[in-house]
Amino acid sequence: MRFRPLLTLLAVAALSLGANAAQAEPGGGEFPTDDDVNSVASKLYCPVCPNTPLDVCPTKACQDWRAQIRSQLESGWSEDQIINYFVERYGERVLAEPRTSGFTILVWLVPLFALIAGLLILRQFLIRWRVRSDPADLEESDLPKEVPPGVLRRIESELDDLR
Amino acid sequence: MLIDIGLISLTLAFGLSVIAAIAGGVGGKTENWRLVESARNAALITFPLLSLSVIILVYLLTTLDFSLAYVAQVSSREMSTFLRVTALWGGQDGSILFWAWLMAGLIAVVMMRKWDRDRDLMPYFLLVAMGTTAFFIGLSLFVSNPFARVWHEPGAAELTTTVLRPAGVMSYITANGQGLNPLLRHFGMIGHPPTTYLGFTGFVIPYAFAMAALMKGRAGDDAWIRTSRRWGLFAWFFLTIGLVLGGRWAYDVLGWGGFWGWDPIENAMFLPWLTGTAFLHSVMIQEKRGMLKIWNIVLIILTYSLVIFGTFITRTGVVSSVHAFAQSALGPAFLAFIGVTFLASVALLFMRLSTLRSENQLSSLFSRESAFLLQNVLFLAVTFAVFWGTIFPMISELLTGTKITVGPPFFKRATTPLFAGIVLLMALAPLFAWRRQSGRRLLRAILWPLVGSLVLSSAWAYTHREHPASFFSLWLVVFVVLSILREFWKGAQARMASQGENPITAVLRLMNRSRRRYGGYLIHLGVVMIALGFIGDAFFKSETQGTLGIGESLELGRYSLRFDSLVQFPGSDGRDVLEASVALFKDGKFIKELRPRRDFFVVQRQPVTVPGMYSTLGEDVYLLLVGWEEIGLSASTFKLYINPLINWTWLGGLVLALGTTIAIWPQGRMRTEASYVLRPRKLSPSPQAGD
Repeated sequence: MRFRPLLTLLAVAALSLGANAAQAEPGGGEFPTDDDVNSVASKLYCPVCPNTPLDVCPTKACQDWRAQIRSQLESGWSEDQIINYFVERYGERVLAEPRTSGFTILVWLVPLFALIAGLLILRQFLIRWRVRSDPADLEESDLPKEVPPGVLRRIESELDDLR
Repeated sequence: MLIDIGLISLTLAFGLSVIAAIAGGVGGKTENWRLVESARNAALITFPLLSLSVIILVYLLTTLDFSLAYVAQVSSREMSTFLRVTALWGGQDGSILFWAWLMAGLIAVVMMRKWDRDRDLMPYFLLVAMGTTAFFIGLSLFVSNPFARVWHEPGAAELTTTVLRPAGVMSYITANGQGLNPLLRHFGMIGHPPTTYLGFTGFVIPYAFAMAALMKGRAGDDAWIRTSRRWGLFAWFFLTIGLVLGGRWAYDVLGWGGFWGWDPIENAMFLPWLTGTAFLHSVMIQEKRGMLKIWNIVLIILTYSLVIFGTFITRTGVVSSVHAFAQSALGPAFLAFIGVTFLASVALLFMRLSTLRSENQLSSLFSRESAFLLQNVLFLAVTFAVFWGTIFPMISELLTGTKITVGPPFFKRATTPLFAGIVLLMALAPLFAWRRQSGRRLLRAILWPLVGSLVLSSAWAYTHREHPASFFSLWLVVFVVLSILREFWKGAQARMASQGENPITAVLRLMNRSRRRYGGYLIHLGVVMIALGFIGDAFFKSETQGTLGIGESLELGRYSLRFDSLVQFPGSDGRDVLEASVALFKDGKFIKELRPRRDFFVVQRQPVTVPGMYSTLGEDVYLLLVGWEEIGLSASTFKLYINPLINWTWLGGLVLALGTTIAIWPQGRMRTEASYVLRPRKLSPSPQAGD
């Protein structure tokens, strides 16, 4: 059973994830706290204040949104429900991170393709340059063979210092 | 009267800059040196003329001549003289004039210093550089004129703003101006904008030299690179300082607990920095090995276009909405200019491709050349990802009609792996030899840094098991630091052995003898220190928020806060200040009284959150006053951040500035340069690098 260690690891990982999730659940005390509200708000942008995430935006409008999130959390909405509510009312622009579906998936895919293309082009260039290069250039050294090894070593080490 | 003088000198400057560009181009083409001389004179006189306009505008801003629309818009009676002066670049009209003025100043410096040395490049340099300047002066004159006045036409419902006085109107002078955007009323106003603009305009100089060399058919030899290398570093220096100061300013003013928010304006400034950095590295391959000539031209073209694009994004407000684009002629003018210069540069490059043959081939895949190439690809990938994320909302709005937001999560996810690759290369690439690197020797060079960094970061990871990814990033940082320190140590050790110097003298002399190299290492150290700030932000930042009554406490980690009092008073500069007094305790011991503030600018109806901070090398405690009860001032809401390692970012900025200064400092006569400029295939002595 070569997979056992891997399975154990997965099980542990799953357990610890479960534990984390449990911590995040509303457990006793006063819920929702400001931190619960902010953690939802940080994934949203209000349409009025460009480039300021909702959890840190000081304007009145954003305070009202946060109050709304609080009351939604109080009435037991999940984070996804709240986010969907705002998207339905105000459009996709309220999302901090574009959806990975539909047109907006391009924001993720295009740079990835660009990177791959860049690396392929680089590889192509390197190969072409290598092929064209002069074989004599690849010789280890142009030094005459009779240089004493001690001298050679010293030159190399001094060169090392210079490099 | 003064306004007229400012306007006249601006008009003259525009005329002369156009003349300088045309006379330079025509004179260079026909080899008419008298024409070229007069182009130079026209370029030289543009600067004092613009200076006069700038001085007049600053004078009007400080003396509050509200008959000018610009003064009424950005200056006000409440503002200090300091802020009134900085209002020069606090709004659109003034900042475009400021841009043109700096550009003209840099060109004047080039004219004075290089005129005799690079004679044959100069005519075309003037064409390109003065052409760019003419565009900005033109914008300032025709589109966004800071000397435009406000008029009242009898019977008309609205005021008119024009440069020239229409018939039958009266001058309209408001009682008080609106003043600067509250976020700009800060000491940082003196640092970040001017340095950024110097960085932007500075990169035009190497671009102009590159284009001149292309036109002359001389881009194949590296005269243009030697001439403009120091200008590239100059621009990079200021752009970097501008970025760091901008981050610091955002941290102090914007009140969201961070220093880099990946917002479009920040990105617009970061983009030319990325390509500029790639350019500064890749020109070394051309200097040392005569390779990558086409690539270097491409990089400087990109940098130039991104500089203009950055100014466009910042100045037209196109990011917040594509509809802002059409509100003035500024957007279309910028877009046309970017398009024309980009296409013209690329076309020129294609026409001259034959002059850009590589002098050498790649000897080995395992060489500094390849490392540089990989670094270039990574930098361009970051550039593209940031560019794409920045313009994607506009693309989406134009193509699908849906407005979307591309926020920090995208940029972090897209760029973090690429930056990790770049940092790793920062440790390895300097150890690689030109042409070919033997694996054994490389291993010997990295062995100790590798072992040392693994040991240190493992020990660290053992005590902080909760963030596995942070282990990798910290290993990377330590690895780079150790390999850089090893370079210093090896060099110093050699000097100590051969010259009998003590360690400190040895390090200083070493740095003095090869400034580019050791300055470069210092810059790398600075970058790694800045990276520490980002690592702290990504993995270790913690925050909480709570509403406290007087005497109640809020806790986070080892810190606790006690809310002592809240006072409200009218502040300077037309603001209403609400200031809390909060005692900060660490492990139960009193440390400092924090005073987070909420400044409400009454006229602009805009709040500004000023944090209370306790700052150490390890971490910052950053406290914001985010809400309060209107009546009684008894209960207030605080947001508390613990920002680990953030101070390293500012220190890194200082180290980086020091390193760049060392690298840029002129080397006294030939001296050691000859031994550093290795051009194995060409045994002729290399001319002095730099200059």
